[in-house]
Amino acid sequence: MKKNKNMLDRTVAPQIKDAVEFNLQLKKSEQFTLDNGIPVYSINAGAQEVTLVELVFHAGNWHEDQNIIAGTTNFLLKNGTSKKSAFEINEHFEYYGAYLNRNCYNETANITLHCLNKYLKDVLPVVSELITDSVFKEEELAIYKQNQIQRLKVSLQKCDFVANRFIDEYLFGFDHPYGRYTSIPDFEALNRDKIVKFYNDYYINGKCIIFVAGNLPADIFQQLNTAFGHLPLNKNSIAEKRFTISPATEKKQRVINDPNGVQGAVRMARPFPNRHHPDFMKVQVLNNLFGGFFGSRLMSNIREDKGYTYGIHSYFENHVQDSAWMISTEAGRDVCEATIGEVYKEMEILKEELVDEEELLLVRNYMIGSILGDLDGPFQIIGRWKNYVLNGLDESYFYKSINTIKTISAEEIRQLAQKYFVPEEFYELVVV
Amino acid sequence: MIQYERFVLDNGLRVIVHEDHSTPMAVVNVMYDVGARDENPNKTGFAHLFEHLMFGGSINIEDYDEPLQMAGGENNAYTTNDLTNYYIQLPSENLETAFWLESDRMLSLAFSEKSLDVQRKVVCEEFKEHYINKPYGDVWHKLRELSYKEHPYRWMTIGKELSHIENAQLADVKSFFFKHYRPVNAVLVVAGHVSLDEVKRLSDKWFGPIPMGEKYIRNLPQESKQMQARLLEVEADVPLDAFYKTWHMASRLSKRYYAADLLSDILSGGGSSRLYQALVKEKQLFSQVDCSHMGSVDAGLLTIEGKLVKGVKMSDAEQAVKEEVEKMKSELVNEAELQKVKNKTESMIAFEDMSVMNRANSLATYELLGDAEMMNTELSRYQEITAEDIKKESEEIFDENNSNTMHYFSKN
Repeated sequence: MKKNKNMLDRTVAPQIKDAVEFNLQLKKSEQFTLDNGIPVYSINAGAQEVTLVELVFHAGNWHEDQNIIAGTTNFLLKNGTSKKSAFEINEHFEYYGAYLNRNCYNETANITLHCLNKYLKDVLPVVSELITDSVFKEEELAIYKQNQIQRLKVSLQKCDFVANRFIDEYLFGFDHPYGRYTSIPDFEALNRDKIVKFYNDYYINGKCIIFVAGNLPADIFQQLNTAFGHLPLNKNSIAEKRFTISPATEKKQRVINDPNGVQGAVRMARPFPNRHHPDFMKVQVLNNLFGGFFGSRLMSNIREDKGYTYGIHSYFENHVQDSAWMISTEAGRDVCEATIGEVYKEMEILKEELVDEEELLLVRNYMIGSILGDLDGPFQIIGRWKNYVLNGLDESYFYKSINTIKTISAEEIRQLAQKYFVPEEFYELVVV
Repeated sequence: MIQYERFVLDNGLRVIVHEDHSTPMAVVNVMYDVGARDENPNKTGFAHLFEHLMFGGSINIEDYDEPLQMAGGENNAYTTNDLTNYYIQLPSENLETAFWLESDRMLSLAFSEKSLDVQRKVVCEEFKEHYINKPYGDVWHKLRELSYKEHPYRWMTIGKELSHIENAQLADVKSFFFKHYRPVNAVLVVAGHVSLDEVKRLSDKWFGPIPMGEKYIRNLPQESKQMQARLLEVEADVPLDAFYKTWHMASRLSKRYYAADLLSDILSGGGSSRLYQALVKEKQLFSQVDCSHMGSVDAGLLTIEGKLVKGVKMSDAEQAVKEEVEKMKSELVNEAELQKVKNKTESMIAFEDMSVMNRANSLATYELLGDAEMMNTELSRYQEITAEDIKKESEEIFDENNSNTMHYFSKN
């Protein structure tokens, strides 16, 4: 019999291998220690001759005693040493096609270098110079203040920016590093002495961990040791600071930021424990089902059925000590309240009805596929390791997570929904 | 060197296979040769709205996303003024699922009223989120209209106005689909942990039976040479005055493009770039300043834009930009500065090429431009550029008669 091409039945999906059947492996990170005790985690993989070096300092806003000192110190690391001007520093990295970025978070602050392997030797010594010999000139600070204030003025007109500030304040209180934000007077109040002191305490004499990844040069250890192994880092332990969470008493807030705004930024959030809590892994599956990916309940209902928004997501805030479960969207001004109503409806459904096996399998497969895709490439792998190290976890967390995704039951998911989807425990905010 | 194989199906679909067995994943990238420039001026925003509708179910498959997620896959899409791209990443064992899904929506969409109805609203919210409800959100809208008088680059991919999207009809959707979404107007790239034989077999099986369609012959009005400088003054409810200036530049395929790209890197893009050093750090006229270009297939725009430090006069800011631009026209850049931007380009390409998804995307883009092999020759095109080329190109571009200036004043 002659095979007819038109016999192809397009209504039947090809056989798939369920992603839950995949055996995922996290590539082991090699660890070594520089002469001065700095721990280095490395991943050697990939084809391109490039390296990522990330220096993580315990220098986040957790450690500052005045608003935005940590962020300012981190930002100005590139703005001049006793030997080089800001221009010369930038020119040096840029000449070698290297990217030097820095970021300040709550617990930590980092310096990240992306570089072609062939130029690593030329740029590492200057990274070392930045963390030992920055001078924080007054004129650099003045320009920074002026430009940050201008930038902030623009951001303050955006409803999403304003909403992100307020919701964290409601959750943690303004005096907690997770709830604090910066206003114009905070920039105006900055002075050089405090910055120099912070730099001295948390960079020059600070605590540092290094993460490197890429198709690493054979002498990577020597290169790092030469650049950083003799610095006075990791000598002193950093004083532990504790902060009390003082959440807002009023849970439902409505703010008009722009009377002519055509959209509102909707945030709904509840406190949630950190990664060490036994529910943390399990609740990731519930979160995905609820609002964690394009096929989630929230996205299907509020975007794909009602068209209230371009996108709606739920996620956990990335904090070490305490997290928060957040639902976030920008919706048409006239449908913000309806959106909130739909979010609660979706919570109720998950509390009452068991998720059917088909949908649960889809979420499992999606999550596993997504982790598989995310393990692609040395930078992604080291990112995962960094996350574990900074949160006091090890690779067993990876395998337990995978196992949780594969085995959690519909009943457990419903129980988690009942435990955490308590409307009275959610802060609600709309900023127009 | 990026290795790849290329073949063409009988229906004109171009297929490129790029094997990389260091990953367990496969990438399937389908690029259609249609963008916002191909729209009817009275129905703008359509190519992008259409991209949304491509997820609303196809002729034999009710739901696009579910089976893909079930197969452990993720996908997304984007529309530019020049092209529309759809891409999937999934475990390579499930490669056939991607072929099944992508071929069915190339065969025909379901054309559902409900999907059109919802996506009209979603895109209107996207329009509001990015272009209405943000300070300076209307800037590109205005700059394009000021700079282009004939070419369809005069509107943005999101569309000229909300009403164009609100009024989109199902009949428009159908005719757009059968005009542009045909195998003969598309490029398929399959990359990652895949084999050439397998991709050939799957392409024949799933894409082979789709009717070829008519080759879309693009016949767009090209912009005439601008003979006189234009100025637009705007007042808006924003906190800071801003300055914008555009100049017409060469198309993506011109040799001149590479010189223009490098000269924009000399002017901005890093802490040691000229505009940042002179205008933000030394003269302190701007709190931020940027030089960029559209990289568009047809002749594009090079733009310098910046927000003024409070209290600085627009005319002083404008004059300072002019001085930097004049320097580019009158003096050769020194070798170290030229080498710096070439090194930056080399490095950027190396980092981009780390991801299989980016490689697949670039191969599709270059194939659509005319030759996937550009993937491997681009860097040498940049290396060939000399200081004289940069100076000559600066003289061409930075002609005052070729410029469009917008003074964007704060009402407050």
